[in-house]
Amino acid sequence: MSRRIEGAETSMSLPTLRPEPLDDLPAGPAHFPLDLAEIRERLRTRQGPAFWRGIEELADDARFREFLATEYPRHASDWDESLDRGFSRRRFLELGMASMALAGMTACTRQPVEKIVPYVKQPEEILPGVPLFFATAMTVGGFAQPLLAESHEGRPTKVEGNPEHPASLGGATAVAQASVLGLYDPDRLKVPTKLGILDTWPHLVTELQAAAKAQKQIEGAGLRILTETVTSPTLGAQMKAVLTAFPKAKWHQWESAGRDAVRAGARIAFGQPAETRYELGAADVVVALDSDFLALGPDSVRNAKAFSARRRLVGGSKEMSRFFAVEVSPTPTGTLADHRLPLRASAFPAFAEALAAELGLAGFARPSGLDEKALKFAGTAARDLKAAAGRSVVVAGDFAPAEVHAAAHAMNEALGNVGKTVFVTDPAEAAPVDQLASLADLVADVKKGEVQVLLVVGGNPVYDAPSDLAFGETLLKAGLRVHLTAYPDETSRYCQWVVPMAHFLEAWSDVRSLDGTAAIVQPLVEPLYDGKSAHELLSVLLDETPRKGYDVVKEHWKSARPGEADFEAFWRKSLHDGVVPGTASAAKVLPVRTAEVAQALAAAATAAAARPSDLEGVFRPDPSLLDGRFANNGWLQELPKPLSKLTWDNAAIVSPNTAQKLGLQNEDVVKVTSNGKSVELPVLIQPGQAADVVTLHLGFGRVHAGRVGNGVGGDVGPLRTTGAPWVAAVTLAKTGARSPLAHTQQHFRMEGREIVRVMSLPEYVKDPAKAKGHGLPPKDVSLFQPGWEYKENAWGLSVDLGSCFGCNACVVACQSENNIPIVGKEQVGRNREMHWIRVDQYYEGTDLENPEVHHQPLMCQHCEMAPCEVVCPVAATVHGAEGLNEMAYNRCVGTRYCSNNCPYHVRRFNFFEYNGEREKEPVLKMLANPDVTVRSRGVMEKCTFCIQRINRARIVAEREGRAIRDGEIRTACQQTCPADAIVFGNINDPAAKVTKLRDEPRTYWLLEELNTRPRTTYMAKVTNPNPDVEAG
Amino acid sequence: MAQLFPKSANYLAPASIAALVLVAGGAVGSLLALDYAGFNQRRGETVEQPVPFSHEHHVAGLGIDCRYCHTAVEKSASAGVPPTSTCYNCHKIVWNEAPMLEPVRSSYRTGQPIEWNKVHDLPDFTYFNHSIHVAKGMGCATCHGPVHQMRLMRSAQPLQMRWCLECHRNPEKFIRPKEEIYNMTWKAKDQETLGRELVEKYKVRPPAEITSCGTCHR
Repeated sequence: MSRRIEGAETSMSLPTLRPEPLDDLPAGPAHFPLDLAEIRERLRTRQGPAFWRGIEELADDARFREFLATEYPRHASDWDESLDRGFSRRRFLELGMASMALAGMTACTRQPVEKIVPYVKQPEEILPGVPLFFATAMTVGGFAQPLLAESHEGRPTKVEGNPEHPASLGGATAVAQASVLGLYDPDRLKVPTKLGILDTWPHLVTELQAAAKAQKQIEGAGLRILTETVTSPTLGAQMKAVLTAFPKAKWHQWESAGRDAVRAGARIAFGQPAETRYELGAADVVVALDSDFLALGPDSVRNAKAFSARRRLVGGSKEMSRFFAVEVSPTPTGTLADHRLPLRASAFPAFAEALAAELGLAGFARPSGLDEKALKFAGTAARDLKAAAGRSVVVAGDFAPAEVHAAAHAMNEALGNVGKTVFVTDPAEAAPVDQLASLADLVADVKKGEVQVLLVVGGNPVYDAPSDLAFGETLLKAGLRVHLTAYPDETSRYCQWVVPMAHFLEAWSDVRSLDGTAAIVQPLVEPLYDGKSAHELLSVLLDETPRKGYDVVKEHWKSARPGEADFEAFWRKSLHDGVVPGTASAAKVLPVRTAEVAQALAAAATAAAARPSDLEGVFRPDPSLLDGRFANNGWLQELPKPLSKLTWDNAAIVSPNTAQKLGLQNEDVVKVTSNGKSVELPVLIQPGQAADVVTLHLGFGRVHAGRVGNGVGGDVGPLRTTGAPWVAAVTLAKTGARSPLAHTQQHFRMEGREIVRVMSLPEYVKDPAKAKGHGLPPKDVSLFQPGWEYKENAWGLSVDLGSCFGCNACVVACQSENNIPIVGKEQVGRNREMHWIRVDQYYEGTDLENPEVHHQPLMCQHCEMAPCEVVCPVAATVHGAEGLNEMAYNRCVGTRYCSNNCPYHVRRFNFFEYNGEREKEPVLKMLANPDVTVRSRGVMEKCTFCIQRINRARIVAEREGRAIRDGEIRTACQQTCPADAIVFGNINDPAAKVTKLRDEPRTYWLLEELNTRPRTTYMAKVTNPNPDVEAG
Repeated sequence: MAQLFPKSANYLAPASIAALVLVAGGAVGSLLALDYAGFNQRRGETVEQPVPFSHEHHVAGLGIDCRYCHTAVEKSASAGVPPTSTCYNCHKIVWNEAPMLEPVRSSYRTGQPIEWNKVHDLPDFTYFNHSIHVAKGMGCATCHGPVHQMRLMRSAQPLQMRWCLECHRNPEKFIRPKEEIYNMTWKAKDQETLGRELVEKYKVRPPAEITSCGTCHR
């Protein structure tokens, strides 16, 4: 059986990628039992700095202090035999001596002869060594994330946002940044398989066409196609053609973290499908009802750009919008709120009612059963909304109940926001349906034995369909089952034919963003394996000779645009810009059926009140893995999730008071039970979480994700049912076991110094320089040479803490740009994560249940008086002539003195050959950025301010005999940031953006008492709470 | 019992220690000498190639400009090794049946690239850029030697950091007018004076700047 795919999975081992059990790990912070009552008391009576990093810090446990005493806590620097069983300290010393003796000899190896492999016919536009950028788009949840992909001699290595496209405006999300790793994932399905045996595409075509022929006889009565959400105009047209050719066939759609509530809400409010988008740049007051509109969802990047611009206090502006957030579980978006209210999921209809009633909407009654605090909050929000009528927005989150969405439509209409800050359009989706009903319909048909041919085009319904549908077992009753998928996943096991799906960087397609603007998905490489696109699979049903994806897409646009005088020019321009002109949906005016909305909302509120539960389980897509589709992406697995800072795991997230009530500690394994199904998860106590709510993240506990994603975390899918896809009554029971979590919240802590600075708008207006401290460092010294003067360029970076909401896009962008490895859960547990930029998070306030949260991206500060440089015994880290703190990797001998002496804890050490995977899996070699050294074991590394980008720009400028222009160099973190929080440039240039920001009164630098004089400065966060409200 | 060691052992013992030091030192010294001489970098060795391409013939004999084949040298980090099609431009007409050129023809026919052996190989942590050196008046021959006299290509210089720094510290000793970059035989009458003039004229950054680590290492 050597041809079976399964066998291949076990034959290769990926030690650093696979999460190891952490049984033998020494105690970390999360292991300390916490006395929450005492903590609360301590918080109330606390003196000194108002900020705290986590609950453990408040507990001030002696063991916790010890944990922090070392630079790499948890005995990170000890030799640990568990890492390499059978390898003793004695053996280590032996080898150490031997390698010392041989050390001098390593320089004596002759260089091996390498090959140069030029083109046979070099494409005209390619210059070896100069990357090209192509516009394309990634599809997430059916919607476009428009991108520019960087190609090195035909090899995509990095993506950036497409500035031409309104859904990106140059920004990109963390999942988009991680998509390149997905392309080169060695676990991808490489060839079609039939019943687990390798097979061929032509064979599938023959079989499928025979089945289609039989279906033609019965008008396709036995044909079903299951897709994810589809906005692709070409795919939509193809589906339409299939349904015309097979009139009795059915098209089903299912997306596990889908937007059913949004669609249903629009149907209640308008009586027809509609889409809503926001112009947050024009909004003075924003009220979010359980919405993470900056970090999740199809329009998050555009929202973040506009929202942050409206709130950025620069150039003397003293105006910013006010933001109210009501949420179940703290989200990145909510951390920017000026007023935030944690609320149980079931109380949202009642809260929406209260808000509508306060706004004076006819037919909405003040609900009973909402507590005093929530009512007061609704009152404040309503007052501010009314005051800003026509300049405000009420946003309902994708997973909030449909009735709340309808209420938001009604409120926006009543406030006169429609057409100003809120735009209602036709949906961008090809066929908006209630996906839950659509899936249930498919299951019913399968059960009836009506389904003879089923195409599952993308998606993984066996893993993520509601558990009461028993999708997997039911599926076996269907006839011919074909699964088009990137990985041989859970669903593939239930299908006879499994066809590799081409990555978006390999195949032609198109996709629309929320506002309707279409982008052509342009491939950068031929499929690495035998991958096919959805268009090519459907073409098997539609065409006698299946057409290539390129022809399908291009011909669709040719027929869709008969009016184009010069189609070729139109096509080339669309490809070049990454935007198909004239595709944005026009804004419509649809009257809201307020009476129906009020009725539906009241019914929902009553129904929720009638089903009281002690504990609500709330299902949410994981911030990094979403519905689990990125489970095999190591970059996303190791990305510390916003707020919880958890890596390589999911947890049962509860609030401190719920933990106290149930007697739970961090890392206690609990059995979460709902509807007779249960799953075991470790507990994570999260300040800011609503009381009596357990947040459960989807996307984990995969069994057939691949070598990276298998067995990571627990699958909460079984608890989800068709009746309760987002909220379910659950019970928690302690199992007595403990499961260590690898989270980075307490890593690289800052000893309670005044790192993050926050003030309110009135404070800012009174004294804009309140947070300034002693002002910018003088420029009179340099470690480069005594008396060195920076005449031309002096690089600096400015970070606006008021804009950052901790979405992590910068972290992955940096990882992709700078060839940063992942280290695995076990190594993260030892504080050995390698991210050059991290997003620190600080809590503020005395309310453990609802603290304010602040984010601070932290990378190498490039100090003028760098403490790291003076302690390096081999001058491996030295000053550059433009003030950069440079690393010469080949000089580094790994003493780690520099890291010990860095007050910002931004240096990272390669304890192991973390990059070794690149050697073991040849396909991963294609991933690396050729302009950045791949570091090996024993070498220190850190943020370089993207020196490769500086050098590239400098060389071009020097060749052209000019100075480097402002904005010509953008660091990877800056370029991707959806909130434009990071700005890089020449601080010697008075006209440069970064210089202007440094001169802002909000600017300060970190740890000025140490006189390190960093080149990185921060701008204090300003909040804008309603001055009439004391707190809350 | 007889003496196991004769009296002379008293002298032999320290002598052997001294000898050991000498031998070990000599060994290390000769290894260093090999490295300094460029042995490890294969300096001066001609390297076998799939097609015995002669720079001597093409450059000196036919007078073809460097940039006819190395097209990217003014625009990219890499000078660029010509695609098969560049060879074929001429060799579809001249010497189009020479057995020596069969790899070229077969590459063009089959689309399989010719795999050349690298002669100038910098370490992977060093980032050299041709375009900026050419723009600042560095001639090809300065680093690549008398290419017009080489039948098979060889590395004329050691390509070690020590060697690179010679020029980065004293660019005036090596710089030449931009018009003479591709001239294999150019020699300044008074390099010292001309060099200083050109460093100024081409705005070559001061040695302090171009010897900082980040210039080449990243």
